[in-house]
Amino acid sequence: MDLFEYQGKQLFARFGIPVSPGAAVSSVDAAVEAADRLGYPVVVKAQVQVGGRGKAGGVKLANNTEEARTHASNILGMDIKGHVVRVLWIEKASDIEQEYYASFTLDRAAKQHLGMLSARGGVDIEQVAAEEPDAIARIHIDPVDGLPEDACREWVTRARLDPRATDGAVAILLSLYRAYTEGDADLVEINPLILTPEGNVHALDAKVSLDDNAAYRHPEWSEFGGQESLDRREQLAKERGLQYVGLDGTVGIIANGAGLAMSTCDVVNQVGGSPANFLDIGGGANADVMAGALEVINSDDNVQSIFINIFGGITRGEEVAKGIVQALERVELRAPIVIRLDGTNAEEGRAILKDHESDRLVSKPTMLEAARTAVELAGAGEAR
Amino acid sequence: MSIFVDENTKVVVQGLTGSQGRFYGLRNRAYGTQVVAGVNPKKAGTDVEGIPVHATVKEAVADTGANASMVIVPAPGAAAAVMEAAEAGIELIVCLTEGIPMHDEAMFFNRLRRDFPGTHLIGPNCPGLLTPGKCNIGFIPAEVAKEGGPVGIVSRSGTLTYQALKELGEKGIGVTTCVGIGGDPVPGTSFIDCLRRFEADPETRAVIMFGEIGGSAEEEAAAFITGEMTKPVVAYVAGVTAPPGKKMGHAGAIISGSKGTAQAKMEALRAAGVRVGLNPTEAGDLMAEVVAAL
Repeated sequence: MDLFEYQGKQLFARFGIPVSPGAAVSSVDAAVEAADRLGYPVVVKAQVQVGGRGKAGGVKLANNTEEARTHASNILGMDIKGHVVRVLWIEKASDIEQEYYASFTLDRAAKQHLGMLSARGGVDIEQVAAEEPDAIARIHIDPVDGLPEDACREWVTRARLDPRATDGAVAILLSLYRAYTEGDADLVEINPLILTPEGNVHALDAKVSLDDNAAYRHPEWSEFGGQESLDRREQLAKERGLQYVGLDGTVGIIANGAGLAMSTCDVVNQVGGSPANFLDIGGGANADVMAGALEVINSDDNVQSIFINIFGGITRGEEVAKGIVQALERVELRAPIVIRLDGTNAEEGRAILKDHESDRLVSKPTMLEAARTAVELAGAGEAR
Repeated sequence: MSIFVDENTKVVVQGLTGSQGRFYGLRNRAYGTQVVAGVNPKKAGTDVEGIPVHATVKEAVADTGANASMVIVPAPGAAAAVMEAAEAGIELIVCLTEGIPMHDEAMFFNRLRRDFPGTHLIGPNCPGLLTPGKCNIGFIPAEVAKEGGPVGIVSRSGTLTYQALKELGEKGIGVTTCVGIGGDPVPGTSFIDCLRRFEADPETRAVIMFGEIGGSAEEEAAAFITGEMTKPVVAYVAGVTAPPGKKMGHAGAIISGSKGTAQAKMEALRAAGVRVGLNPTEAGDLMAEVVAAL
């Protein structure tokens, strides 16, 4: 789960990382009230989970009540790369002397955590990384050892920040590492981490991505949820706990396992069709999950045929078949189904489906044949 | 020959008394795997269709000589289960559990690497591994596989592992060992670990690998193949048409650079002399050509 900036800052504050005082608001009046209370100048910041909001006009400095009102009303409701701004973060403006970059994430290749720190923070950090890799000081951290203070200090020294920033940066990085590990984050990133003319260091932005697998031990995360801007299909899928990505083609796809689901999209493409979605029903899916998946696909008006591609390992064929039969009873499916069922208990599954086969439910023995049939049916559907 | 497991592998199932553990533990046994024990401190002394349940892995090892473990416990208990198996002297831990927090995985991977160099971990979030005719640990539907070699299989995606077995099985091509390494952020076993073992295994004469988008494991495998593999490799990478994922922040992009896309992975593999199929069936066809020319 990705957090909005203001949520990330709330998390940072809990771990003792200094952030600017501010308020999250969702109306113009509340924005003005917060700005008056914080004292001018303030920064009005769009809360969206996409980069480039500054360039899109989603971050503005306000020097008085009138400007706060103007900026808040302009930014609320703004569409930034498909993300509609519903929340603003009103923050006391900071004097910036220098901008740094700091992050922790997993280095999959090294199988250890990686801290990155650069004196060249700001918007173009990826370009800095590509052109001058030495401008980013890196530290690999064995999770068993954690990040000891002396190692952290040595790392900060390597990054060649302003010497006045050293102590503040060390303290923030130690806290940020705790926020990353104890907070069960996949990523914590501060860009920029700033040095003020008074010599203070603090986080001016916050990017935090939480590990959904750890939600069971973080009941406090419930306050973060429910604010993503999902389309109707994605919302429906989320309610059913399905891994769904909406695409714009005509062949609805249901598969078990992310790899097979991706592969199914690839094959549909290769035989001349276009996938309407990526949908992974996961391992061990039962009849209910399959029925729910079909409801989600059925809610997509573009879908002209449905390709169910199941290779059961942990998923059992008879459960898949029961789910399809249930779904056929529960919902009026607009599009015909092509199914390819293989693996664990596939024969039991095919036996269940046999009684229901028709021109609306076709079974094919291989992935390629099923893809071809699904694409043909989709073409016929579009022609109608 | 085979890699990791054979007819002498003795498996203790951590989670045998759960519904999944029972289903797959018994199915693995029915296949011929030596499933010698289960573990559940609350049900010690009972049995699951004749498989004795012990309180701890240590007791199971002492009693049965188990040398491999299948971990199929719920995610919150998985880290402790993996460490318990390592501390009991288990040589091969196959962790099937999905949904383990990344920080737990990173922790137990590094603990094992440091304190238990003799222990090998496969997974987590993997379908397990199969040496056809000898040993099956995990979810892999073994009936689609033909035993005996000459091809070794390694795959990141569970269901694509089965697809790879099926493609070869339909062509009558035998398999030495099939390893599903899993797609989690910190896999215990990498493509390279498997490629190295297949290279050293005399019965394996060619390798098929199925990758997918994300991370850089396929690129690392390509570098290994260039430098150290003499046996032919065929590959497939899923996700050519996948939309670019919405990624927050810059850290991931800084680490991976241009790596991670299916296109980049296929190019890296081709540059390493690997024959790349554009779908699983095409990869199977390419492997049939390779096997015919062996």
